[in-house]
Amino acid sequence: MQAQEPLTVLIAEDSAADRLLLSTIVRRQGHQVLTAANGAEAVETFKEQHPDLVLMDALMPVMDGFEAARQIKVLAGEALVPIIFLTSLTESEALARCLEAGGDDFLAKPYNQVILAAKIKAMDRLRRLQATVLQQRDLIARHHDYLLNEQRVAKAVFDKVAHSGCLSAPNIRYLQSPYALFNGDLLLAAYTPAGDMHVMLGDFTGHGLPAAVGAMPLAEVFYGMTAKGYGLAETLREMNAKLKRILPVDMFCCATLLSLSFQSRSVEVWNGGMPDGYLHRMASGERVPLPARHLPLGILSAQAFDDRTDVYPMAVDDRVFLLSDGVIDTCDANDQLFGVERLQQVFAANREPDRLFEDIEQALRDFRGQARDDVSMVEVSLLESAQTHGAAPVYSDSGQSCPLNWSASFEFRGATLRRFNPLPFLLQLLLEVHGLRAQSGALYSVLAELYSNGLEHGVLGLDSSLKRDAAGFARYYEMRAARLEALQDGFVRVHLQVQPQGEGGRLVIRVEDSGKGFDVARVMERPVDNVRLSGRGIGLVRQLGRNASWSDQGRSASVEFFWEIEA
Amino acid sequence: MTETHIDREALSVLREVMEEGYPELLDTFLADSESRLGELQKTSDAKVLSAVAHSFKGSASNMGAVRLAALCQELESEAKDKSPSEIARLVADITGEFADVRPVYEDERQHALTH
Repeated sequence: MQAQEPLTVLIAEDSAADRLLLSTIVRRQGHQVLTAANGAEAVETFKEQHPDLVLMDALMPVMDGFEAARQIKVLAGEALVPIIFLTSLTESEALARCLEAGGDDFLAKPYNQVILAAKIKAMDRLRRLQATVLQQRDLIARHHDYLLNEQRVAKAVFDKVAHSGCLSAPNIRYLQSPYALFNGDLLLAAYTPAGDMHVMLGDFTGHGLPAAVGAMPLAEVFYGMTAKGYGLAETLREMNAKLKRILPVDMFCCATLLSLSFQSRSVEVWNGGMPDGYLHRMASGERVPLPARHLPLGILSAQAFDDRTDVYPMAVDDRVFLLSDGVIDTCDANDQLFGVERLQQVFAANREPDRLFEDIEQALRDFRGQARDDVSMVEVSLLESAQTHGAAPVYSDSGQSCPLNWSASFEFRGATLRRFNPLPFLLQLLLEVHGLRAQSGALYSVLAELYSNGLEHGVLGLDSSLKRDAAGFARYYEMRAARLEALQDGFVRVHLQVQPQGEGGRLVIRVEDSGKGFDVARVMERPVDNVRLSGRGIGLVRQLGRNASWSDQGRSASVEFFWEIEA
Repeated sequence: MTETHIDREALSVLREVMEEGYPELLDTFLADSESRLGELQKTSDAKVLSAVAHSFKGSASNMGAVRLAALCQELESEAKDKSPSEIARLVADITGEFADVRPVYEDERQHALTH
């Protein structure tokens, strides 16, 4: 038999001979013995000495064993102090009383020392088990507090890094739990320099800190690149590469990205592993599904990553609706999933588009019987451009050494046109001129328009009149992708010239392409049509810049910007 | 009529467990028993009789006095039902039984002292 750890045992027994006998037996088994001759003495001794185990006679004068046991159990609190009743009571009713009073076991008279030793050992095992449980519980509670605190800190840092971007813009409506971050849900929105809007709804694998920690680098990339004027494709490539590099192999981020252009009345979509989004066309009531065509971010290598997007035309007031899988995956009591069909039913039954969120939440509550707090939804509408505005970027240098008299020329040829977007770089270069900073939005829009015209209509030879309806839109972008893939020759040149003028300066931008040109006079004659989806680019350039002109049969475009130094 | 009065086996276990404490145990038992007998003889309250008999039964059984323990058990369970004369008879039986076994314990005590 394994050696028993010595305990302090309290023996409460009114018969002197029995007390003497029992003390000797227990002492011989290696324990320290305290004695009491009645219940009251037993309680007092317990209070003072805190024995590990009590042997309690049931019937004693002054206070009997039952009452003493009750009091001792209360004094012991959470800890287990085993009480073994000593009794020659035989009726089961009397024995039941012992248990009700808090007794853990019995020892019959005459005392059998073998049985006593076995019972002490068993009771002590229970006592130590209870002590371990309490210790573990306290440890767990402490760790839980640490975890909660870590999450609080992480969330504070994340909020600084990610901020809310332009989620408060008038055309965005969203629903997100305050602890979405720790469910892996991420919602980001930011304006591009041209006044377009990038929106991302993401869902990281996992929960808690591991899910949250990938969100920070991702948010930095999203905001940084969007602010510089990078398009969705480049931003996606960078985000994918970053996540692939930093996340463990089994972690990734499902995401849907949107680029909403108020100017060109279109939305560009990339969906990697998220549930279908929906483009709701107000005029027809149709909801076009935006399914996942790609794997989530962080899985494929840079070479294998597919950054192709889908482009859809949008009319004013049309909306794009995105949701996380928390909606579809909601379960009821029988483990039935809410599923896509029920969501479609909610869409069909929805009468007021502005109440879509409420309708969905109500449907979830009805289905599940209670509200969920880990559902993320966002709805982005296309408003008239006048209703949107971007925040002006803040610069920190003093402008003493900004370049005021310079020119630069760039030629982008062949295969470079396929993958490289020079616009962010060109914009950054121009923004070195402080006087131009106030017009960065207009500058970017004009540069982007001239460059994309040069590339798409010039080098690739695409006809923008294709974009008159939704089907034509899709065809246009298909052809764009195909021709770009096959491109070998051709170029787009960008010339920039900055000169001081009076108290300020002048910038001349000239963009040339290697295409066939177009009939400039005819296009200029067309009235500016706000409804048609194409041909608005020339109008935009003339509106935002000065002295816009086309030469070389439309292959060369020139436009100027001026600035004055504020007094 | 050869009813066992004392369980010799039990006595030897006691001797072995108590070692030098054996005489003290015997003395304590004899003294306790005397005082209990006194209580039994002077009370007529059934509850008191029951309680004392219960207590006496306990130490008697621990000390191996099996017949004494059985008699005490009888008194304990029937004190409330028996008539005063029946109770008096039981108490007398208990007194008698104790008188019979007392020499055995005194003998044990002697024996322990000289070894």
